[in-house]
Amino acid sequence: MDFGRISRRHLLQGGAALTLGAAAGLRPAFAAETTIGFIYVGSRDDYGYNQAHAQGAAALKKIPGLKVVEEEKVPETDAVEKTIESMINLDGATLLFPTSFGYYNPHMIKMANKYPKLRFEHCGGLWSDKDPKNAGSYFGYIDEAQYISGIVAGLTSKSSKLGFVAAKPIPQVLRNINAFTLGAKSVNPKATTQVIFTGDWSMPVKEAEATNSLIDQGVDVLTCHVDGPKTMVENAARRGAFVCGYHTNQSALAPKAYLTGAEWNWEALYPKFVKMIASGEGIPNFYRGGLKEEIVKTSPYGEAVSAEARKAADEAKAKFLSAEGYAIFKGGLLDNKGKTVIPAGTDRGQKDPELEKMDYLVEGVIGATS
Amino acid sequence: MADGSIGLWTVPLAVLGGAIRVSTPFLFVSLGECITERSGRINLGLEGTLVMGAMSAYGISYLTGSPWLGVLAAGITGALLGALHAGICSLPRVNDVAVGIALMLFGTGLAFYLGKPLIEPTAPRLPAIDFGWWSDIPQVRAALRINVLFLIGVALAPILYWAFRTTRWGLLIRTAGESADAARAMGHSVLLIRLRATMVGGFLAGIGGSFLSLFYPGSWNEGLSSGQGITAVALVIFARWDPLLCLWASLAFGGAAALGPALQSVGVTSGYHLFNAAPYILTLAIMIITCSPKRTLTGAPAELSITR
Repeated sequence: MDFGRISRRHLLQGGAALTLGAAAGLRPAFAAETTIGFIYVGSRDDYGYNQAHAQGAAALKKIPGLKVVEEEKVPETDAVEKTIESMINLDGATLLFPTSFGYYNPHMIKMANKYPKLRFEHCGGLWSDKDPKNAGSYFGYIDEAQYISGIVAGLTSKSSKLGFVAAKPIPQVLRNINAFTLGAKSVNPKATTQVIFTGDWSMPVKEAEATNSLIDQGVDVLTCHVDGPKTMVENAARRGAFVCGYHTNQSALAPKAYLTGAEWNWEALYPKFVKMIASGEGIPNFYRGGLKEEIVKTSPYGEAVSAEARKAADEAKAKFLSAEGYAIFKGGLLDNKGKTVIPAGTDRGQKDPELEKMDYLVEGVIGATS
Repeated sequence: MADGSIGLWTVPLAVLGGAIRVSTPFLFVSLGECITERSGRINLGLEGTLVMGAMSAYGISYLTGSPWLGVLAAGITGALLGALHAGICSLPRVNDVAVGIALMLFGTGLAFYLGKPLIEPTAPRLPAIDFGWWSDIPQVRAALRINVLFLIGVALAPILYWAFRTTRWGLLIRTAGESADAARAMGHSVLLIRLRATMVGGFLAGIGGSFLSLFYPGSWNEGLSSGQGITAVALVIFARWDPLLCLWASLAFGGAAALGPALQSVGVTSGYHLFNAAPYILTLAIMIITCSPKRTLTGAPAELSITR
């Protein structure tokens, strides 16, 4: 692979320095400055999706020889192409991380074709052989962490009614709702998850209304998939409900109500990516992983989590961490309209690309995708 | 019911609760804009004022520990932005709509810039008064936890209605809005009246913003307003520049905003995008029903740049 302006020689020197530095207990140093661009769709301190990426970017800033440029609140339109162009032409960025789902196609693909010597890494996209070789997509199986949240929620809830405040019915969101529900049902067969879609990634008033409506329906444990979980966490805690966090750790916002949460671990992944480039092996175009690969993690248990729930959740975690892994979406799975979505006998393992096209809600979820 | 659920009753209750919870910022911004427009000027910048108010209220509440000081700070910030709008508009040949749009962008941009360090900390919130003490249904009690700002807003609407009709200041504002020449002939400075009206309008809009960050949803983040300031400015036209109608329109908008999530929570899940759009469909419908090609908008101040 040709990295053009990243200057392979410098990166190799950097890589050598990295290894030497690590061996000698010194901080690794890159010989020449490499600029990495991060693009966020929202505010980078939103207590959520963008903050998780910004924490990853902050981990890169600590590595000498790397310069990180960031731009936030870039819409998923032509605007991201302009941002990418200016990061390349004005800042000299050679590795770009457009981190929002809607940046991928056509915007990032177009830019990757235009600048074939630079490297583009997209979070959440579905890279296929037809896409440019200098582009890649990475994502974490955060549904594993959501499954564990579901177990804790299912064993904490008194009404067995769980709530999910979701932004849009796209595959990644549906997968989280389904994994959360399956986790809860694995320990509490009566458990149901009521889902409310707000329609967009950041709608604080709607999210607060959704939270209140769910609690009015008797829901007593809530989680969410929106860009900034702060509104849901604070409003649910005020009404006396328990919450499972998302994206980052929100326990500081509601220490008594916070059970656990599904968190990204980009601060572990991004330095790994840089090492892969430095060592010359490059980043695989399609990169995925879950708890075992340390791309996602779970928040430490809150004080309200019972010993029974801790035990059940720890056991599930051990299964995900085991060598053979664990499939959340197993054969014989019904959707909430009674249709079989995974035929009996075929387990869909985490890496199965079919799961990234998910368009159904499993049995036990109250709600509809459209 | 045994499981603590109240079934389909959630929907009317959520609409009622939503009308109370969500309407307050609409109410303050629309009453403020009502005063400004009655004096003959449009301030489209109130979206920016709302966001600035929300940010400064949160910041001051966090720094001082007193949410009421935050409300005051939000009001003062709003009045200053209003003064800026009025100041620029008093220059010759300046278009107030264009200045308003500029100030909207300025206000939101400045609030996002200054508000960066405020996203993470949690500031003390405004207290709620429990009007649901008579009920033992927790849902009703939750819907009737009312903030005093809402009550002030509700009281303000009839007071303004009365003041526009009978007080000296109300008549002066209306004179400046209906005929600047008449006001000048009476020996009053139109620019001064409009400056004061815009500052009061900004003050109220700032307080509306403090409700967003200090009560409901109750924290500062950049998506907080999501266009509520602009909607409230449109509400004034919709309410025909009448403070009492502003109150009803704000309540209707608040209730409509709660409708989408509430219907989904009871299992009406199809077409939620349509229900989420309910406030806007409501506006369009009433605009279409009430407009007429034969006359101009009733109640519109004659000096407003949209009617001139």
